[in-house]
Amino acid sequence: MNASVQNTDLDWRLIGTIDDIPAQGARCVKNGETTIAVFRTADDRIFALEDKCPHRNGPLSQGIVHDGCVTCPLHNWVISLETGTAQGADEGRTASFPVRLSGRDIYLNLKPGA
Amino acid sequence: MSRQRLVIIGNGMAPGRMLEHLFEASDQFDVTIFNAESRVNYDRIMLSPVLSGEKSFDDIVIHDDAWYASHGITLHRGQKVVSIDRDAQTVTSEGGITAAYDKLVIATGSNPFIIPVPGHKLSGVVAYRDLDDVQAMKRAAALGGRAVVIGGGLLGLEAAAGLKAQGMEVTVLHLMPTLMERQLDPAAGYLLQKELEGRGIEVRCGANTKQILGDTQVEGVELEDGTVIEASLVVMAVGIRPNVQLAQEAGLDVGRGIVTGTDMKTSDANIYSVGECAEVDGRVYGLVAPLYTMAKVAAAHLAGATDAAFAHAETPTKLKVTGVNLYSVGEFGDGPELEDVVLRDAKRGTYKRVILKDNKVVGAVLYGDVADGMWYNELLKSADCVEAMRETLIFGQAHQGGGAAADPLAAISNLSDDAEICGCNGICKGQIVNAIKDKGLTSLAEVRAHTKASASCGTCTGLVEGVMALTLGDTFAKKAEGMCGCTDLGHGDVRRLIVAKGLKSIPAVMQELEWKSSGGCAKCRPALNYYLLSDWPGEYVDDQQSRFINERVHANIQKDGTYSVVPRMWGGMTTSDELRAIADVVDKFNIPDVKVTGGQRIDLLGVKKEDLPAVWKDLNDAGMISGHAYSKGLRTVKTCVGSTWCRFGTQDSTGLGIKLEKFMWGSWTPAKVKLAVTGCPRNCAEATCKDIGVICVDSGYQIVYGGAAGLHIQGTTELGTVKTEDEVIEIAGAMTQMYREQGFYLERIYKWADRVGYDTVKSVIFDDLESRRAYYERFVYSQQFAQVDPWSERVSGVDKHEFNPMAVFGLPNDTTVQEPAE
Repeated sequence: MNASVQNTDLDWRLIGTIDDIPAQGARCVKNGETTIAVFRTADDRIFALEDKCPHRNGPLSQGIVHDGCVTCPLHNWVISLETGTAQGADEGRTASFPVRLSGRDIYLNLKPGA
Repeated sequence: MSRQRLVIIGNGMAPGRMLEHLFEASDQFDVTIFNAESRVNYDRIMLSPVLSGEKSFDDIVIHDDAWYASHGITLHRGQKVVSIDRDAQTVTSEGGITAAYDKLVIATGSNPFIIPVPGHKLSGVVAYRDLDDVQAMKRAAALGGRAVVIGGGLLGLEAAAGLKAQGMEVTVLHLMPTLMERQLDPAAGYLLQKELEGRGIEVRCGANTKQILGDTQVEGVELEDGTVIEASLVVMAVGIRPNVQLAQEAGLDVGRGIVTGTDMKTSDANIYSVGECAEVDGRVYGLVAPLYTMAKVAAAHLAGATDAAFAHAETPTKLKVTGVNLYSVGEFGDGPELEDVVLRDAKRGTYKRVILKDNKVVGAVLYGDVADGMWYNELLKSADCVEAMRETLIFGQAHQGGGAAADPLAAISNLSDDAEICGCNGICKGQIVNAIKDKGLTSLAEVRAHTKASASCGTCTGLVEGVMALTLGDTFAKKAEGMCGCTDLGHGDVRRLIVAKGLKSIPAVMQELEWKSSGGCAKCRPALNYYLLSDWPGEYVDDQQSRFINERVHANIQKDGTYSVVPRMWGGMTTSDELRAIADVVDKFNIPDVKVTGGQRIDLLGVKKEDLPAVWKDLNDAGMISGHAYSKGLRTVKTCVGSTWCRFGTQDSTGLGIKLEKFMWGSWTPAKVKLAVTGCPRNCAEATCKDIGVICVDSGYQIVYGGAAGLHIQGTTELGTVKTEDEVIEIAGAMTQMYREQGFYLERIYKWADRVGYDTVKSVIFDDLESRRAYYERFVYSQQFAQVDPWSERVSGVDKHEFNPMAVFGLPNDTTVQEPAE
């Protein structure tokens, strides 16, 4: 628990529990200027993406969650929750963040994944 | 051959099919049809789905008016033929129409057998034979109560399932010890009874009806053992009797039916008979396949000399009750020369029995897993010796020849060219393959149009598609006509099935209608959520996660992720207090823009999501509620100042607009709904491009609807003029309800009306006061659950998670680094 950890690739934070997020829904985590959207699927898998659609920066956290994807509320791009990449004919990618579950607690790594 | 006059008595499926064959072979006939019913030719096999609500009458029409016109057929509707003069070669109808014939076809079908117990003529006792019966049953079902179905055969059980789907309590009375004893052995009959009982249908076998109780209307049924069952509807489905009266009076040979040779000619060489009324080789038929064979034979003989002859064949039976799979063909009695091979799997509810005689298949009864029914039927028809595969026969075709993979196409590919694919229409695999190749067919609709395969009951659709896939290879892409990629069902089908099957949750819809994705998608989920909300008011719980963000947070998302907030201003009227409160909110929350909207209210643009509840609270405190500017629901009611101020105003258009808005706000609809009330025909409130508009005139209120002024521009259509405000309100509510019940998600009123027809809307909502009232009352009922201000709900804490971040990091004194437990 010290500041030096923030300089490595690991910056895990406890953000809450699964029950804080509605199934097939999302909540936001603020990290300075960055907003991270944390999603919960129907089968209780948790994913985290930067809350910005690669198309026009739409807030993905406000979209409809379905089948491992989220549909952006602005122009209906469909983004994979796992990889952050746009599905179908659209091209683009949103940064994704590692997430770990410990029981029902959700830990989020504030450093984006590769 | 010179032109001939062909007269047909009856307009059912058999003569309809006969004409199709005849027109293919010859154009030498001038055809006249007498039809006792007033309808065109429709598919009687499909009455059960119409009863259960899974299909509409239009879906089951075989020949529409255009078909009769294009073949120059004279169709006398509602004209029952009462006599045949064989010497003069004429027939005469009840209405006095006489037609001369060179050739006559009698296709009078059959009459339902009504058991002559006391009370059989009471009102509420119906047969199950034609569309009139179905409509009578649906009317009775609408009143609820219990229906007693007498007869546990094919028709009776389909009627029972249909009435149950329509919401009635249902009891089936069957004289014999097990259900469908003519098609099923006792074991399969038992499984079927269990299945039906599991669906809440009471089954009493060995029940002998003594009398039907009641003075003028059915009140109950008394059995021989003294049991009395209360009922408001009794359906007699105990069998049919060939309708031979006309032929008998004309002096033709008559046995159980009208006696014909295998060429379908009666004892008079100029008169043919086809269908359920005909008797060939001592047999009469009720299933459609042999009737279609009769039609083909008769057409061949009419068209010219031929050796076409009718031959008896076993017809497989299927029960058209959604979710019940059973198949039976051939004989299955017990006899010393018959051998059984039986497979039971109680847990899966599967029962398979193949009956052998001299190592040949003579019958099969399948319950649960019926995939191999066709294969057994093929073995039965080919009369091949099955000794070599006897040990694996019962496991089905996939287990022959070294256990082929469970690839459905492989099974179809193994079928011989003369394997029957469509039992209703007697279409073999080879015929379908040839039609696809010769005519260059690429879609299921085309294959149905050209071959009739899967065009009747439709249970073989998958097989037909399989044959298409094998024939066309990769070029065959199953046409996706569904509401989204998750289903092939269209919006109309889904809506009908939700009601018919009583589906009350999104998972239930996806499970029962076999969604292809695990959790739907952003297209189907909002649609399903709306359909369920609309169909089950007060029961269905709104699924917030299936709503588009605007409806979830009750504000409109903007391009930068902020929101706009629009409070309701009833009829476009506001006050200094409201304006002052809005001004204060703008200052307090630094709202960047304030705009007057096209719907006569004020839009606050650029509100941060986390500020929404506080903004709403201040607006609520000043007496304002959500304007639903974001919803698929009632948006605005635009008005002009009307007779209160305007020198041209004829009525209080502002007052009426406010009443309409206060009555209709909060309702969810397939797409947005905008209204306007204008005080005179100068139309300052622009009522003639709204979903529903009211134009005040001196004598009352002219109601118009179906306008659009967005991507598409369309003026409204007039509905009619009424005298009072109350009538306007009733009609607006009724029309909105009809649209709510029938509209496809995102389909505006003008598109819905284009689809169902403006005449239909007018007759249901304007002309028919009773149906108008019924729709209005359903609207009023659903409004009691809808008129809750979503803003004040959220101010009081509902959905709090929506508006606050889950966690905040990156602040100057942030020291929350933590390691997750591994």
